Amino acid sequence: MTLQEFNTLFQNGLSKQNAGLVQLLGLCPLLAISTTLVNALSLGLATMLVMASASGAVSSVRHFVPHEIRIPVFVLIIAALVTVIDLLMNAFVHPLYLVLGIFIPLITTNCIVLARADAFASKNRPLHSVVDAVAMGLGLTMVLVVLGGMREIAGQGTLLSGIDLVFGEQAKPFVLHVLPDYQGFLLAILPPGAFIALGLLIAAHNWQKARAEQRAHAAAPVPA
Amino acid sequence: MIELIKAAGRNALRTGAILLIFALVATALLVFTFTRTEPTIERSKQAEKLALLTQVLPPALYDNDLLASQRAVLPDELLGTRHDSAMWIARRGDTITAVVLEAIAPDGYSGNIALLIGIDVDGNVTGVRVTAHRETPGLGDYIVRSKSPWIEQFVGKSLTTPESKRWKVIKDGGQFDARAGATITPRAVVKAVHAALNYVARNRAALLAAESAPDTAPDKETPP
Repeated sequence: MTLQEFNTLFQNGLSKQNAGLVQLLGLCPLLAISTTLVNALSLGLATMLVMASASGAVSSVRHFVPHEIRIPVFVLIIAALVTVIDLLMNAFVHPLYLVLGIFIPLITTNCIVLARADAFASKNRPLHSVVDAVAMGLGLTMVLVVLGGMREIAGQGTLLSGIDLVFGEQAKPFVLHVLPDYQGFLLAILPPGAFIALGLLIAAHNWQKARAEQRAHAAAPVPA
Repeated sequence: MIELIKAAGRNALRTGAILLIFALVATALLVFTFTRTEPTIERSKQAEKLALLTQVLPPALYDNDLLASQRAVLPDELLGTRHDSAMWIARRGDTITAVVLEAIAPDGYSGNIALLIGIDVDGNVTGVRVTAHRETPGLGDYIVRSKSPWIEQFVGKSLTTPESKRWKVIKDGGQFDARAGATITPRAVVKAVHAALNYVARNRAALLAAESAPDTAPDKETPP
């Protein structure tokens, strides 16, 4: 794999084809879980892990899967992998499982995992597929983190609340009370707040893209 | 024509066989992971349950194996249960010191609130914990101990302190604290704890009779 291919995959995942902002895939967990920054980051990383292993597995067996049954086989692979990860986490990293446990089955419902398996991993070599999945997962995680941060500040005036659930009691001082004595803004925590915040993010992303295009246009004058 | 049908049939058989192989491999993988992780998961589950029980019982009250003391309780309106629930018995030496009951507050803001309530032989509450709820995050969820110490105010309360008409939130003329804007949730919890105290008072004789039997595995195991 060349450096250029690597860069292209990451550019696609983080910006051009960003799962949350451009493809608008996997919105169900995105909107349900992004109530706080810690929740959002945890779900994002767990999704990335599942995507990377699912894409790697799908890509390794792609020559044995007839075209007409590829979707059932991919769903089977993803569901089996998610269950295995769920069981392994429950057994060996139990404290983390108590926090992420409820999200893991949600990942199966995230269509971005199947979308990457079908659109990319079934046509590319395993290494490329894993890198693509990591890039896509990272892009989704970034959106989730920004969304979670926005909703947490607007909704309860804090950042990083619940970090003690991931890192234990000693992490409690890390909770930032951004807006002291804040009364809370329920709308930001409820589902409509998620839609509004995501809308703002998409608008910002489009605006930035349009500006970049405009600038590129101005910088390269049309040859006479 | 017949050749064509034969070819199609062979193709379908081949595709089906491939799907079957994938299903078998996935099943084998799941069975392997499940059998390898099950003992560890079961241990963590028991430890978790014990940790929850010790949160509603002061350590000075018992020296028996709490998990082994579990037995089934028939459904009762005062407990808000519709199916058998579980009960644990705390002993010190041979003397029964307290019971821990599962109860349901059916009238939360969004559905049932599952509670674990410890009550000592004198009818005083030793502790209450919420084990499952769907109250609004950031608003009604302060009943959970990890979010706020609200639930600790039940410790030491009984049917006589305060008297029955004061077993209400302050807003309704009682003495229990509740946050402005989220009164339905604490109202439901206060009512459920009061009802559980009534349940123990009314069934004291039956409970004590059942308790005097030595600890044996309950006939009907009920999941918490």
